[in-house]
Amino acid sequence: MKTETSAVDIDRNKGDFFYPEAHVRDAGAGLSERTVHYISDVKEDPDWVREFRLRGLKTFLEKPLPTHWASKDLEAIDFDKIRYYLSPGTEAKRSWDEVPDDIKRTFERLGIPEQERKFLAGVEAQFDSEAVYSNIKKAVGEQGVIFVGSTEGLKNYPEIFRKWFGKVIPIADNKFSALNSAVFSGGSFIYVPPGVKVKHPLQAYFRINAENFGQFERTLIIADEGSEVTYMEGCTAPKFNTPTLHSAVVELVALKGAKIQYITVQNWASNVFNLVTKRGLAQENAEVKWIDCNIGSRLTMKYPSVIMKGRKARGEVLSIALANDGQHQDTGAKMIHAADETTSNIISKSISIGKGRATYRGLVHVPKHLKNCKNNTECDALLINATSRTDTYPAITVRGTGNAVQHEASVSQVSTDQIFYMQQRGLTEAQAMSLSVNGFVNDLVRQFPMEYSVELKRLIELEMEGSVG
Amino acid sequence: MTKNETAIFEKQAAPILSGLGETREVPGWFRDQQRAAWKQFESLPQPTRKDQAWRFANVGLLDLSPFKYGGTLTEKERVTILEQSHGLEEVAGRMIFAGDELIERDVISDQLKKRGVVFQSLERAMVEHADLFRKHFMSQPAKLGSAKFASLHQALVSSGTFLYVPRGVEIELPIEIFHWLNGENASAFPHLLLVTDELAKVTVIEHFRSVNEHVPGFACGVNDLVAGPGAKVTYVCAQNWADNVVALQMNSTTVDHDASAMSLNLHLGSRYSRFESLSRLIGEGGRSDLLAVAMAKHEQEFDARTLQDHVSPHTASDLLYKNALDDRARTIFGGLIRVEPHAHFTDAYQKVRNLLLSDDAEANSMPGLEILADNVRCTHGATSGQIDEDELFYLRTRGIPVPVAQRLIVAGFLDEVVQRLDHPVISEHLHRMIEEKFAKNRGNLLKRAR
Repeated sequence: MKTETSAVDIDRNKGDFFYPEAHVRDAGAGLSERTVHYISDVKEDPDWVREFRLRGLKTFLEKPLPTHWASKDLEAIDFDKIRYYLSPGTEAKRSWDEVPDDIKRTFERLGIPEQERKFLAGVEAQFDSEAVYSNIKKAVGEQGVIFVGSTEGLKNYPEIFRKWFGKVIPIADNKFSALNSAVFSGGSFIYVPPGVKVKHPLQAYFRINAENFGQFERTLIIADEGSEVTYMEGCTAPKFNTPTLHSAVVELVALKGAKIQYITVQNWASNVFNLVTKRGLAQENAEVKWIDCNIGSRLTMKYPSVIMKGRKARGEVLSIALANDGQHQDTGAKMIHAADETTSNIISKSISIGKGRATYRGLVHVPKHLKNCKNNTECDALLINATSRTDTYPAITVRGTGNAVQHEASVSQVSTDQIFYMQQRGLTEAQAMSLSVNGFVNDLVRQFPMEYSVELKRLIELEMEGSVG
Repeated sequence: MTKNETAIFEKQAAPILSGLGETREVPGWFRDQQRAAWKQFESLPQPTRKDQAWRFANVGLLDLSPFKYGGTLTEKERVTILEQSHGLEEVAGRMIFAGDELIERDVISDQLKKRGVVFQSLERAMVEHADLFRKHFMSQPAKLGSAKFASLHQALVSSGTFLYVPRGVEIELPIEIFHWLNGENASAFPHLLLVTDELAKVTVIEHFRSVNEHVPGFACGVNDLVAGPGAKVTYVCAQNWADNVVALQMNSTTVDHDASAMSLNLHLGSRYSRFESLSRLIGEGGRSDLLAVAMAKHEQEFDARTLQDHVSPHTASDLLYKNALDDRARTIFGGLIRVEPHAHFTDAYQKVRNLLLSDDAEANSMPGLEILADNVRCTHGATSGQIDEDELFYLRTRGIPVPVAQRLIVAGFLDEVVQRLDHPVISEHLHRMIEEKFAKNRGNLLKRAR
């Protein structure tokens, strides 16, 4: 398979470059009310958004870091050194030709515009704090689909977005959702009208280009009754000497009978703290599906959730995590059953290489007096080296009769028999190992859109290089 | 004063939280340890639900202020307790405690004594077998959340059982221990220190019971179980406190090379019972089996926390916990398999199964894994469900009424664990205890069947 067909190029080396900064707007380092006002002024926020931000800041400052259960590595984040807002000071461009040359070069190196021509229904590219490019195919736009940046969404379509903004993930959900609420910038706002099925995926691409920078995009997707949409996001950053923070909030709302599929391929550089809150709300008969691949970052803490609020709603999380030296992938899923006959499925596969650590943290909640709810959870972990580490921490609460919940997890090593067999057939040990690992995730990868599965396989091969022998 | 009212012992009853009272004569070094433990107890914070080790637990029930330490036991009460202390028919030795007093002891046979088996009270052991005692008494840290209560135990423990089985000695019949809570707001600090030497074999069963039904009480026990190289240790806990008792039990098992340890905890009584089981596999070829059965009803809450700690390579552990929950009962299972770095060739298994019998029952499961070595095989599973309609239907087609069919299914569900014990006499005894609890519960099942 040729890599040009990939939707997002996630070759880590390909993302490891940066261009000189030429930011017109810079909120400076550190976080205070002044920072928040600065962002609000630049963005010409309506008053209610400004207030929302200030409430976010207050909550962020009040809440402690969750170090009683989370990694102590969080303490390495110096919130005073981070720059919270950087932008070239221009509106997002509709045509690729208008994008400034240096930014264009960045994204061309990553393969964004070609992809759009090939198969995407719309694309948005975010460079540090702001979208630099945003386009949606004419046909999709004519169906009434709205695909804009968060600033534009709040300003131009308040009647649609305000109703759900901050409702699925309230400000005080956790310290980092509060931080995002205070300084959010960029991200996508999508509305799909009733009955509209968006054939091709919508895509966003996130890039951090400046040192000490924190990226806080905010995405809200509303799929109205009976509609369907697939959204894909990819992310990269060059490796700077100091850690970078990425803390997004993603809210999905699937109204009656709607389907949302959200695909992430996260390939941040290995010193990015990736602390993301993602949650979907599924109304009657609706479906929210998260496909989450975590390959990069220093520490990722991300537990995509689905609240199944209507009868027969469905939630699904498919997760692949790959932790190499110096990485901790703390990922998982949360399934909150809040109506009868709701079903959820979690399948998580993790691979730990070298000194890498992969953690699955899950929550399944079936409260009182619900009938015929079902959850299935499967977590499989593969350990490659003697120094690799894996953890599993699920929490399952079930009340009452009439529900069925099952959780299974296993930890294993690549079978030496398999490796031996492949070596006998002339493969090197590394090739055999790589093939084996790909086989381990294969049944999950097959469910991904083709472009992503090809890319993931290639990426796993890259990560496996030098892990044996 | 009639003979019946004569006090067997009389101690000033004082609130637990008032601190160290004057207890019986103990060696100075032990007294020093107790003083340090009390300080530790006072300095450690009361657990909250935010503590990961106490997640889902009803920590509000841990108010110790009503409970008293010490008290009086009359001859009449003593006789009643002895009459009710029937467990197994044949035992190798027996101790009966009321509160923290040893009130009767059936000594082991001369033959066992001659071969070096020691079966005596804790306070005697700290003088006569000080070396063994100091080496093993509470030598494992309370890692599973109850460090504060382990300190409380250490500060206030005044009696208990010491059992030492020397090299190559196999005790065929079980050793039996009874712990009784007597009176309102009474407390007990049960302790078992069991040390087995190479290739020794022993089975111990502990019964936890209350003299009075429905009265509040508090129990805070610690067991140190040491399985020496090649030894085989079986420990059974039959917990049937009165329904207003708050109980905490912290057990640690150390499994040396080629040794095997099996524990089974049966939980029937108490309002809130927390049971922490730490099993450390420190030598190659070691194996640990952790079993538990809980039948929870009314407002009962059973809180089980376990750690299968694989320190050495080539070790195996297998955990099976089953809960049947009725009424508004709650259960919590927080378990962890930890494979330390270099503990390769670990084979660990963990399974928790909850059977929910009512719409208000709540089962919380947190099966966890922490794996720091790569050449391992570890799996865990957790399921929560209800009685299978097909099974029920099958039994009904055979003419078995619904309530009886339900009982059979639940009993069968729990029995799988009890049968794993491979000790028919004890299995039968536990089975009977479960049946008795069912008998009390029948009213509810009938109601629902209508």
